[in-house]
Amino acid sequence: MAKPGKIRAYRRENGRVGVRNHVVILPVDDISNAACEAVAAHIRGTMAIPHSYGRLQFGADLDLHFRTIIGTGANPNVAACIVIGIEPGWTKDVVDAIARTGKPVEGFWIEQNGDIQAVAAASRKAKEFVHWASELQREECDFSELWVSTKCGESDTTTGLGSCPTVGNFYDKMVPQGIYGVFGETTEITGAEHICEARAATPEIGRKFMAVFKAYQDEVIEPNKVDDLSDSQPTKGNIEGGLTTIEEKALGNLEKIGRTCRYIDVLEPAEAPSKGPGLYYMDTSSAAAECVTLMAAAGYVVHTFPTGQGNVVGNPILPVIKLTANPRTLRTMSEHIDVDVTGILRREMTIDEAGDALTTMVERTANGRLTAAEALGHREFVLTKLYRSA
Amino acid sequence: MAIPQMLVHDRRDNVGVVVVENLVAGTDMLCVVTEDNSDFRLTAKDDIPIGHKVALADLADGDTVIKYGVDVGRIVAPVKKGGHVHVHNLKTKRW
Repeated sequence: MAKPGKIRAYRRENGRVGVRNHVVILPVDDISNAACEAVAAHIRGTMAIPHSYGRLQFGADLDLHFRTIIGTGANPNVAACIVIGIEPGWTKDVVDAIARTGKPVEGFWIEQNGDIQAVAAASRKAKEFVHWASELQREECDFSELWVSTKCGESDTTTGLGSCPTVGNFYDKMVPQGIYGVFGETTEITGAEHICEARAATPEIGRKFMAVFKAYQDEVIEPNKVDDLSDSQPTKGNIEGGLTTIEEKALGNLEKIGRTCRYIDVLEPAEAPSKGPGLYYMDTSSAAAECVTLMAAAGYVVHTFPTGQGNVVGNPILPVIKLTANPRTLRTMSEHIDVDVTGILRREMTIDEAGDALTTMVERTANGRLTAAEALGHREFVLTKLYRSA
Repeated sequence: MAIPQMLVHDRRDNVGVVVVENLVAGTDMLCVVTEDNSDFRLTAKDDIPIGHKVALADLADGDTVIKYGVDVGRIVAPVKKGGHVHVHNLKTKRW
């Protein structure tokens, strides 16, 4: 078994370990995207994270919006953060929440300034942040301090045979070493919910999972369902890859949590885990960009992404490591794949060896190797919306 | 061990998965059960794409398909042992 060693990463003000050193320009709302993109175009070494929402949301939907935006800015992969909103009220709320991590953060707003003045002021501060962040050094940290999330995409039958059990093997070995893990995809547990419930650390946590699962079935699926959910479960890609039913897909999906680890809590979307090291379940959509965005907002710093037919998703702040067991996908889409576990299907590689190969890639990624998704410029940042705005 | 053409998750399963490209009807497949590494042979009745399923026994209308040792849906059109199992003859029980 590969020994999880030391990594070289960024120790943040709050003690968390980050593996990237981004200076992000974060819009509170959709209409502040242009100003954020102008700052990022002006100041080298910054990155705008545009998105589609943030106006006239209310209740739980607004809470989720704030949790996601704030969590993104607070993520240890972010060194410093500029926040721009249309008005000062919500902008300051976001700044104050991110500031609790201790990292440099400053807010700017557009009303009574206009885009141009707001961009000028934000650019000056962003330049300061870049000078500061670019001198930060990686230092020795423990592998066990990593928070590693997982979600699979464009699955096929090879994911259940190879790439998902590889992630499961990684968690079985590394969760006992002290890492934080998380899996989710509430719809894609359908057909395996009884197995997922039984994998909770206690019956009470299992019941909490079932309540979340059932709420989604009752509130979203039952009133809206159509045959095979309009080719969304399974997707066209899943079917091309040989998956026929949601039950089959769910069983393959659940291979990601391995054989021995148990999840210790059920998280709201984008909720940071608070029960200490261990594996968590998060209530998420199964759409790749939405799910990965929520996990990044919860504070995860490396993501493992098994794919069968070749989902190409990335994230602005969270490095997404792709692994595949499908030889056709490896041959036709090799630029998207970080870890080749096709040997599992040929019986040339054991799941245990594949898990070690993934551990090595997580370590290299934490040390600074760009993932395929990062090198290809994939920065999908997609907010989950619970219901229509006011 | 030779490279298998088909893998089966669990001994209780009544379907397996083709794991090589360009598999043609009539191929005498080496099939491995990943649970315990046991193997057997089965002749493919159809050309079956990589990742697609094969019936390990004759399956009749209404039969439950087992994969990972678990119910993954019901047969809606009969399929012979060695035949292709997919959306034309297998349906979810959920939606």
